[in-house]
Amino acid sequence: MSAAVAVVLLLAVVTYSVFGGADFGAGFWDLTAGGADRGARPRAVIEGSIGPVWEANHVWLIFIFVILWTSFPEAYASITLTLFVPLMIAALGIVLRGVSFAFRKAVVRTRNRRVFGAAFALSSVLVPYCMGAIAGGIASGRVPPGGRAGDPVESWINPTSVVGGVLAVAAAAYLAAVYLVWDARGLHETDMAEYFRRRAVASAVVVVVIATVGAFVLHADARYLFDGLTSRALVVAILSGVCGAGALLLLVRGAARGARALAVVAVVAAIVAWGVAQWPYVLPEGLTFSAAAAPAGTLTAVLVVVALAAVVVLPGFVLLYVLDQRGLLPEEGVDDIADLLSEDALKQRSR
Amino acid sequence: MLVTFDGMAAFAAVDPVPWARAQMAFTLMFHIILVPLGVSWAFMTLIANYRAVKHDDRDALLLAQRWSKYMAVTFAVGAVTGTVLSFEFGLLWPRFMGQWGAAFGVPFAFEGLFFFTEAIFVSIYIFGWRRLKPWAHFWTGVPIVLAGILGSVSVVAANAWMNAPSGFTLNAQGAVTAVDPVKVIFNDAMPLQAAHMVVAGYLVGGFLVASVYATGMLRGRVDRYHRLGFVIAFSVAAVATPIQMGVGDSLARWVYTNQPVKFAAIELVPVTGSDVPETLLGRLNDNGTVSGGIPIPGLASWLSDPSTGRSTVVQGLNTVPADAEPTVQQVDVVHLGWDAMVGLGTLLFLLSAWYGLSWIIRRRMPASRWFLRAAAASGVLAVITMEAGWIVTEVGRQPWIVYNIMKVQDAVTVNTGVWISFGAVVLLYLAVGVITILVLRGMSRRFRRAGGFVEHDAPYAPSAPPEETAPEPQEAVR
Repeated sequence: MSAAVAVVLLLAVVTYSVFGGADFGAGFWDLTAGGADRGARPRAVIEGSIGPVWEANHVWLIFIFVILWTSFPEAYASITLTLFVPLMIAALGIVLRGVSFAFRKAVVRTRNRRVFGAAFALSSVLVPYCMGAIAGGIASGRVPPGGRAGDPVESWINPTSVVGGVLAVAAAAYLAAVYLVWDARGLHETDMAEYFRRRAVASAVVVVVIATVGAFVLHADARYLFDGLTSRALVVAILSGVCGAGALLLLVRGAARGARALAVVAVVAAIVAWGVAQWPYVLPEGLTFSAAAAPAGTLTAVLVVVALAAVVVLPGFVLLYVLDQRGLLPEEGVDDIADLLSEDALKQRSR
Repeated sequence: MLVTFDGMAAFAAVDPVPWARAQMAFTLMFHIILVPLGVSWAFMTLIANYRAVKHDDRDALLLAQRWSKYMAVTFAVGAVTGTVLSFEFGLLWPRFMGQWGAAFGVPFAFEGLFFFTEAIFVSIYIFGWRRLKPWAHFWTGVPIVLAGILGSVSVVAANAWMNAPSGFTLNAQGAVTAVDPVKVIFNDAMPLQAAHMVVAGYLVGGFLVASVYATGMLRGRVDRYHRLGFVIAFSVAAVATPIQMGVGDSLARWVYTNQPVKFAAIELVPVTGSDVPETLLGRLNDNGTVSGGIPIPGLASWLSDPSTGRSTVVQGLNTVPADAEPTVQQVDVVHLGWDAMVGLGTLLFLLSAWYGLSWIIRRRMPASRWFLRAAAASGVLAVITMEAGWIVTEVGRQPWIVYNIMKVQDAVTVNTGVWISFGAVVLLYLAVGVITILVLRGMSRRFRRAGGFVEHDAPYAPSAPPEETAPEPQEAVR
């Protein structure tokens, strides 16, 4: 039964990476869009694409935590004790991101807009980096079992964590760019579609380079994971590579729709490969999923919730996502402070 | 350089216990303000929505549409602050989660399900104003109400479990070897604690929303729209308030029976005895005597068990072993929190009674400006009442995190930099608070500007859509 819950956990990680990752990646392109004038148009496309589902994707993250602390509490205690710093930075980064995204729309003056815009974009890069570094720390066996604290610094500042962090940022940027090509086409902004297409190609190349370097780093620093990736997870890893290459090819040719699907499959396969390579350990070579598992009663409850979610929540979520993709959801709230601080408020202030 | 670094490291190494408690308390007390809105606003919106469709009431329709949009904003803020809480369980209390996650965590799995449902239907409900038939649309709001109630029941079940841990088996080493999820969720403290929180959601949410319309009426916006907004919200609060007094009374008696130390702190009882006075205000001294305050002879004993009256014995703080004793400070905080909750709760009850009597006798809400002034203050007062109650239940459990089983100091993280994260959290949350209020005010002003014409219009009169965000209201009321 612990294996079934482990699969659910992996699915949650995959879902968060695909939905949340694209959200964070959009922040990366916001950060690199250049000065206030030059970056205005790409930023408009980006805002449109993440506005309506404001921070809703963090639900998946909460879900990951809930599964970890109910089903594998010992591993959860070890992880939170050891990786306190990057986890806390990620938590604060998530709040900062939401806050600055809302504030940026509120302020009119360019200088203030820049401050909040920078905070939004920086936290969009910081959070996936921390998540990747955390994954690297866990995957390279730096989190000790038994609810004990490992090295508070070396556990997330190490070769595998750096690769994990950079790869997470790059993959998020890649996913986002591919989505943004699609969004820009929907808005009939052909030059913006081209703008993001070039960036999607570039980030795809960067991801390939990091992944190649990462293979050598894993060989030296995270041997268990490397061995897993080259044996039981090899098929999935190859699938990821093939889909990534296919997406790149389609992007170069300008076939956005197919590229988007292949890019998602490539990222999903990469994360599944990580999970398969790490199996049967939740903390590699220290603690297996079955040893860390909570009593059967708890696991049953979690699986019941998952089954209910599949019946009750999934259809609704799919409906929402479709509505969002068609641009049918209203965006409430964020425009309104802009309203408040513009006309009326400024008039009153100047009186 | 090395000396400086060591100095800085020593400076940064601060006992994590008070800071972890402070951070958890701060983030929870922030999040709990959003909870009543998430729990009860959808219900109030549906009342307005029902009226709008059933009686072709344009004001009610406008209210329902606007409320649903405010609700979406407070819901989004609640989602972000809730995400932080899920980080904090592990980051601040890793040993608690490691030891008890298999039991304590179970209600959260269900909470996640309800939260997801709520999020989806909030979006569909807002979306549906334009696309769904009026009654179909009304029904898409009902799951929000149910999920809001069940979600908060789940979270409170986890908190109640900390007060009345059950549904698990330990081995000789103290590790959890078996879990009965049903007994974890339906623990002994859960029914009353959950009822107390859900009713609080309706009480606080009602007073909060009503206070906005009371303020509007005090500023001269005395039209049918504002009156309707006030009456719907205040009626919900006025019904919830007497219910809450009954539920709270039962819960206090549960605490008297099951958590005598918390009860002794609540009633400020240093030594076990009968004929215990109800002390209003006052404080505990280091030597175990009580100074200040107004004692009402025998009342605490009488309230604890009316059947035995003033001879009811109330256990005192002196019965607690020294290593399990709450500090004098904690006792004072619990007692003052209790006084604040009961005192303000009583005031809110009197206000509700005024409102109720006016309806019964005069068939209308009180016309006095003093009533409106009190109602305008009721939102903030209700929030303070709820926070005071939360303090009573949380500080009253000290020094335990799992009652009589695990102490807070054994649950906390070993990381000594918590004071830094506490500072960062406070700063960020202040920004979140400011933004939320700005967004809501901005929406209100925009609505008013766009719909200003309607305020002087006769009710039910057909006219142009009052605002761009609520198109074709006539059609929606078909």
